[in-house]
Amino acid sequence: MQTTWAYISNYFVYSAMGVFTLSFFAHAYETAWAVKAPATTASTKGNLLTKTLDYKRTEKAARIATAMMILGFLLLFAGVISRGISAQHVPWGNMYEFSITGALAFTGAYLAALRKNDLRWLGLFISLAVLLTLGTAITLLYRNSAPLVPALKSTWLVIHVTAAIISGGVFLLANVIAATYLYLEYSERTGGRKVWAKRLPDLETLDQLSYRLVAFVFPLWTFAVIAGAIWAESAWGRYWGWDPKETWAFITWVAYAAYLHARVTIGWKGRRAAWLCLFAGSTFLFNYVYVNVWGTGKHTYSGL
Amino acid sequence: MSKEVNIPELGATASLRYLWNQLTSMRTALILLMMLGVAAIPGSLIPQRGQNPMAVRDFFEKHSTIAPWIDRLFGFDVYGSPWFSAIYILLFISLIGCVLPRSIEHYKTMRALPPLTPKNLSRLEEHRKFAGSKKSFDRASKWFEKNRFRVRVEKSSISAEKGYLRETGNLFFHLALILVLLGVSFGALFGMKGEAIVNVGERFINVPTTYDSLTFGKLVNEKILPNFTISVDKFDAKYDPLTNAPKDYTAFVTVDSNGIKEKRVIKVNSPLTFGSTRVYLQANGYSPIVTVRDSTGKVAFQGPVPFLPQDGNLRSIGAIKVPDADPQIGFVASFLPTFSRTPNQGGISVFPEALSPKLLFSAWLGDLGLDSGIPQSVYRIDTSKMKRVALSSLTPGESYKFPEGEITFEGLTPWVNLQVVSDPGKDFALVGAIVAVLGLLASLFGRRRRIWVRIDEDKKIEVAGLAKNGAPGLAAEIAKLTEYIKGEK
Ligand code: HEM
Repeated sequence: MQTTWAYISNYFVYSAMGVFTLSFFAHAYETAWAVKAPATTASTKGNLLTKTLDYKRTEKAARIATAMMILGFLLLFAGVISRGISAQHVPWGNMYEFSITGALAFTGAYLAALRKNDLRWLGLFISLAVLLTLGTAITLLYRNSAPLVPALKSTWLVIHVTAAIISGGVFLLANVIAATYLYLEYSERTGGRKVWAKRLPDLETLDQLSYRLVAFVFPLWTFAVIAGAIWAESAWGRYWGWDPKETWAFITWVAYAAYLHARVTIGWKGRRAAWLCLFAGSTFLFNYVYVNVWGTGKHTYSGL
Repeated sequence: MSKEVNIPELGATASLRYLWNQLTSMRTALILLMMLGVAAIPGSLIPQRGQNPMAVRDFFEKHSTIAPWIDRLFGFDVYGSPWFSAIYILLFISLIGCVLPRSIEHYKTMRALPPLTPKNLSRLEEHRKFAGSKKSFDRASKWFEKNRFRVRVEKSSISAEKGYLRETGNLFFHLALILVLLGVSFGALFGMKGEAIVNVGERFINVPTTYDSLTFGKLVNEKILPNFTISVDKFDAKYDPLTNAPKDYTAFVTVDSNGIKEKRVIKVNSPLTFGSTRVYLQANGYSPIVTVRDSTGKVAFQGPVPFLPQDGNLRSIGAIKVPDADPQIGFVASFLPTFSRTPNQGGISVFPEALSPKLLFSAWLGDLGLDSGIPQSVYRIDTSKMKRVALSSLTPGESYKFPEGEITFEGLTPWVNLQVVSDPGKDFALVGAIVAVLGLLASLFGRRRRIWVRIDEDKKIEVAGLAKNGAPGLAAEIAKLTEYIKGEK
């Protein structure tokens, strides 16, 4: 019974990877197509999906790409749920499970942001990032489905990890945008954007977008840290113990607080702010990879 | 930067004021905040005494030249070090110096009336002008009232303001951080923490001597230990047969607190609570029960001996010390709950439950070194002054006889490690954390805006607004207000 569900989950994750691959190619095709339409490049500012000459063909590829993204999201969602059923707990018991749930949150964050903003240009990076995450998860991090160790049995685990994973997804998204900003800013300083990059939004928009994302998730991340502290108090008898994982969560929190301060109160913008954003995001990644895999301390549940 | 050149020419108070202004400036706060983040890093890379004293000892052995230097720089106690403390204390002084004046100012603004209507409204955002009447002008103040704006009504104009919550939230967030820090310090000064291993069937009495380790905050002593005893009646551990991973631990106990006896249950995520003291189930293992007789057949030792688990299948090591025998006897032993043998590892345990338990031991005669004054581990024996006389293994009920005595493996009982913690500051920290999140939400999503309405002699009505920090939604709000004034809704 348990193993059946674990198999079902694997099939879902594999199919999701297939669909994300299709989405990646559709995005790539769509991006490449824009380059092939030289007449449009002169008049391109901001996001030009709707302004390219061969509107219909690009639009179709773009629609397919997004549709595949949604389908991939749904498949991955099913994969995560069936993994949870097989293990009989929320599927966050080890690194493999964290990774597939994190990829789900990342895709979800992108799709949610897509509803209000025209972010299709990001899809290429998103699908690639999700593919890499899932690929690493299934090849390097895969572990058989197993019940939770007693310390992980708590409602606070569900709350804490949900908040942390969503925050992580949005932080990564903000990082992708900040990196794009830096790249575009660099090419604008050194002779103008590459042709394919002309359809990306202007710098101002990117700058604002990464700030909005961070301002939006910072409270959630704060909450995630607090929920973790409450859980630690009931499981280990102390709410804060400077365990490596806790320390890095704190460092990430401080880095993003510094980012918000730099923006709101000192008025940092553009390049400096984007670097700070990247730095803050990398402390989060570091925590995820380093502390889970090589770290010591009470938080190492990676199952590796 | 250029200001710093002037310092030497300032008087003492002026320099102090200058320092204070520098310290409470946003830039200093930002730098301190970053420094705090950076200062936290070494503690996650170098082992810390507070978290993992064993790893610190290993580190000293492996890197004997640089370890003392790291120690001198408080590298093994980063989070209690003077430099770490200095950064956060400065940061919080800076925070207080920055936030308190702002709070007072904000309190005053909140009580004052919104500013008078500017002469030229057409220069503001969302300016509109349309024909109206005295009656429709009055509808404007009704709308403001309905939407809970703070208003200042003059003869022919209204100023309205809303969204103070943004700044209020921001101030509460920063003040709450101070509360969190106070809670943390309070807990460190007035709390206590201790651990004790208790065999199932035995009783834990909350006095200093029952603890294996016990530390108090700087400002308290053993008088704060509340009066209770805990008898551990039974311990249940459930394991997953496929992966051997633990599924559930439950300790069934009888608590006696001030004469009231009660049956209770302790689990990993649900401690017992006595006021601000809580008792947690932290770890567990097995205690083989043994009887040791000396060469005359007299019982020299009898009882359970806690062994220390070494792996997920609870292969455990331990020492049975019999100082009352003459000469002294010691057994260096390992306990395997589900015994199996592999060619290259020898005896191992293949499951954490005691399905086919076995005790492997070597027996030693000589000086156990208990009177040497050097603290001894209860799990190990220094055999340097002893002689090995036997090497064997036993299953429950079996005995082994050697010329100087006899050991009987009677059976086994589980032990639990109870962690007793008192942290009187944690509720402050929790309240501070909750207020901080709420304040943060208010400050990040609050929108502060002002709206003005004026009527002139020709009964023309003007409406305009101003959104602070470019808060969105002003246009929609003014459109609604206009509609309402015109009486369309
Ligand atoms: C533990 C240290 C601190 C943290 C984590 C922190 C965090 C924050 C955050 C998250 C904001 C909200 C930014 C926004 O409105 O978008 C903020 C705003 C602000 N902080 Fe801090 N802060 C800290 C220390 C300080 C200190 C020491 C000062 C004063 C010297 C300060 C002054 C301010 C001010 C003036 C704002 C207002 C920003 C605005 O215009 O809305 N903060 N802080």
